[in-house]
Amino acid sequence: MNKPESVSYYPLGDAAVVAVFSEAISEQVNHRIRLVGAGLDKLENPAILEYVPAFTTITVYYNPLSIDFAGVVEQIQRIVTALPEEIHFSSANKVIPIWYDGPDLDEVMDYTGLSKEEVVRLHSDNEYIVYMIGFAPGFAYLGGMDSRLSTPRKPTPRLKIEPGSVGIAGAQTGIYPIETPGGWQIIGKTPVRLFDSTKEIPSFLAAGDRLRFDPISKAEYLRMKGADYGD
Amino acid sequence: MGINVIKPGMLTTVQDLGRFGFQKYGMITSGAMDKLALRLGNLLLGNEEDTPALECTSIGPSLLFLEQQLICVTGADLSPAIDQQPIPMWKPVVVPAGALLTFGKPKKGWRAYLCFYGGLNVPKVLGSASTYLRGAIGGWQGRALQKGDQLSFCKAWPQESSSFKWRMASSCYRGLDNKIIRVIAGPQHALFDSDSQQRLTAGLFTISSNSDRMGYRLESAKLYLREKKELLSSATTFGTIQVPPDGQPIVLMADHPTTGGYPIIAQVATVDLPLMAQLPPGAKIQFALITMKEAQSLWRAQENELHKLKLSLALKYGE
Repeated sequence: MNKPESVSYYPLGDAAVVAVFSEAISEQVNHRIRLVGAGLDKLENPAILEYVPAFTTITVYYNPLSIDFAGVVEQIQRIVTALPEEIHFSSANKVIPIWYDGPDLDEVMDYTGLSKEEVVRLHSDNEYIVYMIGFAPGFAYLGGMDSRLSTPRKPTPRLKIEPGSVGIAGAQTGIYPIETPGGWQIIGKTPVRLFDSTKEIPSFLAAGDRLRFDPISKAEYLRMKGADYGD
Repeated sequence: MGINVIKPGMLTTVQDLGRFGFQKYGMITSGAMDKLALRLGNLLLGNEEDTPALECTSIGPSLLFLEQQLICVTGADLSPAIDQQPIPMWKPVVVPAGALLTFGKPKKGWRAYLCFYGGLNVPKVLGSASTYLRGAIGGWQGRALQKGDQLSFCKAWPQESSSFKWRMASSCYRGLDNKIIRVIAGPQHALFDSDSQQRLTAGLFTISSNSDRMGYRLESAKLYLREKKELLSSATTFGTIQVPPDGQPIVLMADHPTTGGYPIIAQVATVDLPLMAQLPPGAKIQFALITMKEAQSLWRAQENELHKLKLSLALKYGE
């Protein structure tokens, strides 16, 4: 295992610090970032307001009236220094049922030369890791898709993608939590609600989670969706 | 009781100071575009600074007051009037029951804040009453006000009638005539070519009509990186100036996505976000580079002014 790269820090305006852990995405970097987040949670320092983990960075928002840039960097660096060199992390395992019946399934089959069964098998046989949440509430950037499924985005984005739609964009796959325009190739949909603002933790997925897709039938989809399927 | 929406205006939403603590789940913060105007409006009524109020964009609403209430209008001058009589801004005004509050011609600025004594009675979602329009989350039913909506107040203004002989000292809110926006160099500032770095502070930028609560698109001479580079998505914040490959910068505003992948050339200083929020489409601005430390000391000076105002208001309301 390579020794972790050192962390560099730069300001994002007058109230945020960006800590950069690496130039490249990796599971190890993702774990380190996740542990730094957990360390920040434990600080309970009212001057450190919140943080956003991303692929290779964690951005920490602070109140400059109570702490300065150097003070925040010192707090983060103290957590970084205490990290073990090699990290073994237990991640939450989540399962997302999908009814593979998306409007772009044919386009994905055409582009990849795979049958429907192969697309479903390759998409649901893999374990994925949630690298970060961003773009929209509860939207997870997933790593780990089989490269044989790679399909370019649609040339013209759809104006409306319904919540729960599962899509492919290039080498990425992901799920749309709220209704939004988007250019991903939609291959299926999940009855799981990925973002619920009435919950204390509103997002079903969090950075660092591992997840699998579980193929389900139309009947199962409708049953799981409950009373909501009347559309 | 409360208010009845006769005309909704162009875009009238319930906002407070924003929804924080959930950005790691991708939750957009929302909140007032001009937070200073909202804070001042609330302070002038003796409210907590983050009390939910109405953000009225360009063409304000017409509201029928079903009961007496104390209000304060701050931010943009959108010609507020009660029963066709112009009312002053930046001070508390009593609206009698049955009166119609209207807005007219936008005279200066783009967003007025209509604050109510005790605030509007809307449920909090994830700790905030702010409206996030695209997610249909928070505020009044997750959307902008519509004709026929009826919103209630948290508190009634108990006094028969009152006149307020004082108004706010103007030093607390910078005039909206200023067209210089102070910025701090962004994380990728050095990746831009030197012409582009120069254009950032030498050129004029026009606010495009394709601008909203999520972001302001700017029309200008184009800004380019020294060499093409794909960046990994990372967090953004209110005031982040990102530059997509077309070279036309976008200033992220209150409803910005939590993360983005475009290079960030600069970041608007927090003290100048209110000015930015008040710019109408077509306005021309210039950027001036300052250091992070300068931005923070300007911020501290602003908070000292506000603190003084709070102390003097405590005397007025506390008697």
